Amino acid sequence: MSLASSWAVALHGVDGVLVEIEAHIGPGLPGLQMVGLPDTALSEARDRVRAAVLNSGERWPPRRMTLALSPATLPKGGSSYDLALSCALLAADGRVPAQRLQGLVLIGELALDGRLRRVRGVLPAVLAARQVGIGEVVVPTASLAEASLVDGVRVHGATCLKEVLGWLRNPDGTELARPGPPRPAPLAAVLDLGDVLEQGDARWAVEVAAAGGHHLLLTGPPGTGKTMLAQRMVGLLPALTNQEALEVTAVHSVAGLLSPETPLITVPPFVAPHHTSSVAALVGGGSGLAKPGAVSRAHRGVLFLDEVAEFGPRSLEALRTPLEDGEVRLARRDGVVRYPARCQLVLAANPCPCAPPDERDCTCAPSARRRYLGRLSGPLLDRVDLRVAMRPVKDMGQADAEPESTATVRARVLQARVAARARWVGTGWSTNAEVPGPVLRRRFRLPRAVTEPIAAALHRGMVTARGADRTLRLAWTVADLAGRDRPLVEDVSMAMGLRDRRAP
Amino acid sequence: MEPTAQAAQCRSDIQRRSDELGRRGENLAADYLAGMGLVVLSRNWRCREGEVDLIATDGQCLVVCEVKTRSGTGYGEPSESVTSAKAARIRRVTAAWLRAYRVGWCEIRFDVLAVLCPPDGPVTVEHLRGAF
Repeated sequence: MSLASSWAVALHGVDGVLVEIEAHIGPGLPGLQMVGLPDTALSEARDRVRAAVLNSGERWPPRRMTLALSPATLPKGGSSYDLALSCALLAADGRVPAQRLQGLVLIGELALDGRLRRVRGVLPAVLAARQVGIGEVVVPTASLAEASLVDGVRVHGATCLKEVLGWLRNPDGTELARPGPPRPAPLAAVLDLGDVLEQGDARWAVEVAAAGGHHLLLTGPPGTGKTMLAQRMVGLLPALTNQEALEVTAVHSVAGLLSPETPLITVPPFVAPHHTSSVAALVGGGSGLAKPGAVSRAHRGVLFLDEVAEFGPRSLEALRTPLEDGEVRLARRDGVVRYPARCQLVLAANPCPCAPPDERDCTCAPSARRRYLGRLSGPLLDRVDLRVAMRPVKDMGQADAEPESTATVRARVLQARVAARARWVGTGWSTNAEVPGPVLRRRFRLPRAVTEPIAAALHRGMVTARGADRTLRLAWTVADLAGRDRPLVEDVSMAMGLRDRRAP
Repeated sequence: MEPTAQAAQCRSDIQRRSDELGRRGENLAADYLAGMGLVVLSRNWRCREGEVDLIATDGQCLVVCEVKTRSGTGYGEPSESVTSAKAARIRRVTAAWLRAYRVGWCEIRFDVLAVLCPPDGPVTVEHLRGAF
């Protein structure tokens, strides 16, 4: 037989597209042609596959061979096709039963000696295989745990090409590695909220932000614990649901950030890009097909921008649409990809460029101070519900009361999240931060007496209409934390207090 | 003997052996073509562009043959060493041959004859018709 085909998966963002690989062996000078828009890495598969086939003790057919990757118009790249290419070739040469390659997806990069190397994007690839009804997948052993996260697909792990060929020839006699029982994810060292000294206001703001899913801005002099608080925020968030965990893991798989020890990400990720990061690093980019950026890696977790006033204005502006839509759409040469980007934003900034421990010692000109935080554009800050100014720590922790630990606060946060979820069930929102203002003002209208503080502030021009909506959202979260089914006047006052009027 | 002279001697030994192998392969190839009923018109025809191994005809079609002989497949099949540069050179030489013998329009086929002469074992001739 001189014609055979096998199946592989092309990655398009976090979505996989099934690719049929056809191999034809015909008369002519020996050589291998590959068609179907391969990129450089895929074109080099020619040399990898040849060496791997020869070093696995197989014959390299001395004929004119053509490999076609279909759909032919979809640009394909990367090294994950190596295994499928070599199996299709050997099947066309009659070395492997061709019908065994039907209903089977092969994923893996080949080393020259025939070993199978792990590739990125195995999870989305297996998901794509399941979607079109393919029930069997072979992956490198290193990716076995990641691939086995998908239910309803028989996943096999192989260490080298020889092993796969043996299994294809004699499926009953040889057995490929099967995924082991799911290992409990090793508990990440959670930083404890108890480490943070004083800062009652800011601690409370972090708790509210975690409970309501609100974006948060912390301003204050250096060394007051802004970064510490932000890092402890992920510890307060609930563990990811199964669906969320798969979404997050898929993004990290495409970005090539998964380790064999932790195939499934079950805790909200914490991503803290440096303030010199480019737009492409923040929202995703790269040539050909865009790769995920920080905002997608922080999907369902926390994106922490430390020294946010030092970020380039273009970088910050680029964050606006992803935050609004919960996803990024990036157009590059090879097409448009969508990455999820539903993350919680935590911003930290000094109040001014000189940033003395006590603000009274500031030597900055008033215009410099105004310009500094003025770099945070209005549209971005519009999305930030909570703005807290932190004060310098005055006490080294000999204080009588031990600060509350993460466990205590987390329990309250989880309870508030449950309450919010129950209220918004059926609306598509799960946290208070996602609910639009008009809904809060109409469908969940509060009595006039309760909203009195907001109305008064609005009347005196202390808050804008948008600020009023934001305060309302916060009031609901405060009420959730207090265990009330709707906010009272004191919750609204508390919410007003959480919005620092001095911060922009 | 001087070391360099020794190396040169050694090289020329290898060269001679591979020349012999090539000639043996070309003889085998010519016999093979004759056995198929083709008439060999030229052998090792040279011009300033290069050389073609065999030019034969079956009465209708001019068959230009490149003969590749190897004693083993350790460094790949014989036919694998016919690269696109070599194919282009053979085409140029063929054009020169056609000019030299004032042959008009005719059908031309370029074949590769891969001759494998293992030191122990039978000789095989593989015929790739219309290889390029």
